[in-house]
Amino acid sequence: HLATSLPLPSERDHLRPRIDMIVFMCDIKSKYSLKNVEACLAHVDASFFLGKVCFLVTGVGRVNYSSVEVNAIWKLGEVYCSPVLFCELELDGIRVATAQRLLRMLQICAGHVPGVSALCFSSLMRHSADD
Amino acid sequence: NADPQKTAFLLRKRWTLYSVTPLYKFSDAHLRDYGRLLSAFIAAEKQKGLAVEIGVELDIKVAVSCLPDLKGSDHDQAAILVQLLSRSPAFSKNSEDKLIWSGWFCCVSGDDLPENVPEDFTCLPLFLANGAESYTSIVGSWFQKTFDCCFRRLAISPLSLSWMAAMWTGCKVDKTPSAIELIFSVPCLPQPLDISYAIHPEDAKALWDTVQKTPGEITQEEVDVFMDCLYSHFHRHFKIHLSATRLVKVSTSIASAHCDGTIKFLQSQYLTGVLMLLTELAISQIQ
Repeated sequence: HLATSLPLPSERDHLRPRIDMIVFMCDIKSKYSLKNVEACLAHVDASFFLGKVCFLVTGVGRVNYSSVEVNAIWKLGEVYCSPVLFCELELDGIRVATAQRLLRMLQICAGHVPGVSALCFSSLMRHSADD
Repeated sequence: NADPQKTAFLLRKRWTLYSVTPLYKFSDAHLRDYGRLLSAFIAAEKQKGLAVEIGVELDIKVAVSCLPDLKGSDHDQAAILVQLLSRSPAFSKNSEDKLIWSGWFCCVSGDDLPENVPEDFTCLPLFLANGAESYTSIVGSWFQKTFDCCFRRLAISPLSLSWMAAMWTGCKVDKTPSAIELIFSVPCLPQPLDISYAIHPEDAKALWDTVQKTPGEITQEEVDVFMDCLYSHFHRHFKIHLSATRLVKVSTSIASAHCDGTIKFLQSQYLTGVLMLLTELAISQIQ
């Protein structure tokens, strides 16, 4: 399900299936997209931040077009204890690889992979921050 | 600081920017030799039929000189200027040569110079060219062949342009300052669309003065706040989010910069300051 902002419209609440993972997409070429993500984060229940949220930064292929400082996104990932993935949608290979990666993460968040839960993502985050 | 009279010829021209990797076995004691060699190279290229201007027989003279004032600190290599002059029959009455192309290498790095530079290498990471692209290409090839270096067009990201907008807005100018102009390119449209946002210089400076906490120091947060204020103001009037567009050009009384990597210097007192920023961009593009 794709949405341009949160909260999701309440009229369709009863029709909506359970949400297992939220991927916040930010385009490095648009400061506006980062501001939008920051505004939406406030509408997410705290329980999602235990591994069910991740940030996806797109447009990284064109470094010369960046309007967003990468440090600002790293900080966001740190503050919300969620992983940050980078990808370039215009490149087929990277787009497919990123989609596969997100799908794998989703399977874990939905509980379809025995022995691994979404909480693993949070603990992985803490370890890399300590390094 | 550079003597304004000596550097006046650098002002008000649009320079195309390049980053240059360190030059191997370059010596500023051999500038006249380099001039002769480059002259011969250009003549040879013309013989090969790579004539730069069809139908015009130009006798090109090369002058390579040093600009000792253009450097950031004593560690920096002094700037090197290359000029192509022509003496064609049409100008023979007036024996003055006509300047047809200029390019200069410089390194204005202040205190943090590139470290660990091996012996025999000269760091002149920024190259600025004005004149026909064909001449830039010939001169560039000669330097690349002779000193085993590499030239790349310097691109300026919207982030760097915002930094320049904030930094240059804060500068004091003696004469009446001109408006701050920002040009944005709107993405994802079938027809290209540019938005030009002109701000009264006194208003812009007043805004910057409220944002900047320590004079002489600028932080990314301050630049962000400054730009956000300008964007909100625009949104209030036109309901357009400039933050979703791409900043492509910044023009102030100090200088004017375009994302394609061109610059125009307008104030000699801030020449070194702007060069310092450009040198930093060039160095980060090389690394």
